[in-house]
Amino acid sequence: MNWLRTSSFFSIAAVLAFTTVIWYGAAVYLNSDVLIDKYDRKKIEWNFSKLVEDSWAMKRPVMPAPHQIMLDMKKSIFGYKISSKRSLVYHGWVTISSTLVGFAMGAVLGILLAVGIVHVSTLNKSVLPWIIASQTIPILAIAPMVIVVLGAIGVTGLLPKAIISAYLCFFPIAIGMVKGLRSPDPMHLDLMKTYNASKSQTFYKLRWPTSTPFLFASFKVSIAISLVGAIVGELPAGARAGLGARLLTGSYYGQTVQIWSALFVASIIAGSFVYLMTVMENRVQKRMGVQA
Amino acid sequence: MKESVRVVEARKVDLVFQTSDGPVHALSEIDLEINKGDFISLIGPSGCGKTTLLRVIADLEKPTGGDIQVNEMTPEEARLQRAYGYVFQAPALYPWRTVEGNLKLPLEIMGIDKTEQARRSKEVLEMVDLSGFEKKFPWQLSGGMQQRVSIARALTFNPDLMLMDEPFGALDEIVRDQLNEHFHRLWEETQKTVVFVTHSIPEAAYLSTKIVVMSPRPGKIIDIIESTLPEKRTLDMRDTPEFLALSHRIREGLRAGHSYD
Repeated sequence: MNWLRTSSFFSIAAVLAFTTVIWYGAAVYLNSDVLIDKYDRKKIEWNFSKLVEDSWAMKRPVMPAPHQIMLDMKKSIFGYKISSKRSLVYHGWVTISSTLVGFAMGAVLGILLAVGIVHVSTLNKSVLPWIIASQTIPILAIAPMVIVVLGAIGVTGLLPKAIISAYLCFFPIAIGMVKGLRSPDPMHLDLMKTYNASKSQTFYKLRWPTSTPFLFASFKVSIAISLVGAIVGELPAGARAGLGARLLTGSYYGQTVQIWSALFVASIIAGSFVYLMTVMENRVQKRMGVQA
Repeated sequence: MKESVRVVEARKVDLVFQTSDGPVHALSEIDLEINKGDFISLIGPSGCGKTTLLRVIADLEKPTGGDIQVNEMTPEEARLQRAYGYVFQAPALYPWRTVEGNLKLPLEIMGIDKTEQARRSKEVLEMVDLSGFEKKFPWQLSGGMQQRVSIARALTFNPDLMLMDEPFGALDEIVRDQLNEHFHRLWEETQKTVVFVTHSIPEAAYLSTKIVVMSPRPGKIIDIIESTLPEKRTLDMRDTPEFLALSHRIREGLRAGHSYD
């Protein structure tokens, strides 16, 4: 039973139990107005236990109870063929694929920009302010324009959404890597100079390995916001497919349970991505001899 | 009589750093000649410019006045030809490389082929008595071992000139004694020219053929002492009258150069 004590099992379980209790209470509180209204209109006799029971079983609750969300997730993940438009696996995959493509594009762009900024002083002065300015534009404002403009030249489907993801996630990678590539110890840099090492040798043998912790830290931030970008990109695309589409149709038709299960799936996906990054980071660090 | 080949020749070298607090005169009118096979110690209190002088020879700093030649070239040309091996105050090993990986680093950069890399790293590891530690990462070694790896790394590409910046400064007395003895033997075997920065009088007296005493503000040379000790040296020698006399002269020089006004 030693693993129980050493693992974070208990703390996670405690937080989960606490949240669940609060949630059930909140569901009663938030749904009560609508229910009491209904009881009054239809002249139904009610007491507190009926109110509680009803507020956890509404078809379109203001706040669905956790078990309703779980049942809806179970139905929409396992209840349909994965190619069905009703399947959350289908919608989840649509979002995952543009998240990953967008992340890859953003990572390449972010790293290239960082390499340029670190090595070319004109880029340092000219590009960095623009990179920062790019993130002051609200993504909700720019996303529809990207979709519309690219749609006008015939680019639809995954790519426009991936571009929105890339637009969001290149930023932390670029900033993190500028910092990371500049982080070598001055003595380590002097050593390279005494060997008359070229710029590219200094990069591959010193700057790049030194920046790995920064790389993974910014990857973890980026993969999560890449998912946000993909979902935001799905909103103006006519809500055909993806978790963003589920959120949008859910809110059109007041299907709060559907919204919540899409949200849950989105956060499970984001959590898994961050976890995968951590696993990769640990492997790389082990190979780089980091003290366990 | 050994034929003396000039390795370093400095004439009136000046170096002024421009800092936000105004100019700092780090080196002033440095005249120094170093011949092939010499073991030169630069000794002086903190801030006397001994490290700066070493960095000027290594072309890690540019002098603001005077003339300096390394191997009858400018320091930059000498650096580009990889004329020297530099050992820093800290081991400065790359933590993500094993001992072997660190030793191969300069060889990889210089484009030496794999089998030769392996042969040389094995050879220098034997020289510093660390065979069997090839696969260890730096953090698995003690401070003294790390510094030996760092010296071995400077030896891999067999430079004729070794520039060493207080390489044993961070080590305790016992380890330092061991390394001094070890390194002196190594110097005898390899016949390299060594420029060695230190602030330890016994270390300078024990190792050197010539001791350069420096004083701060501005950093200048106040005495150059030819060692009177025989070439063959042992740690026990440090109790002999000759050794004590030499130490005394170094101490006198340091005291003369050290004013508190």
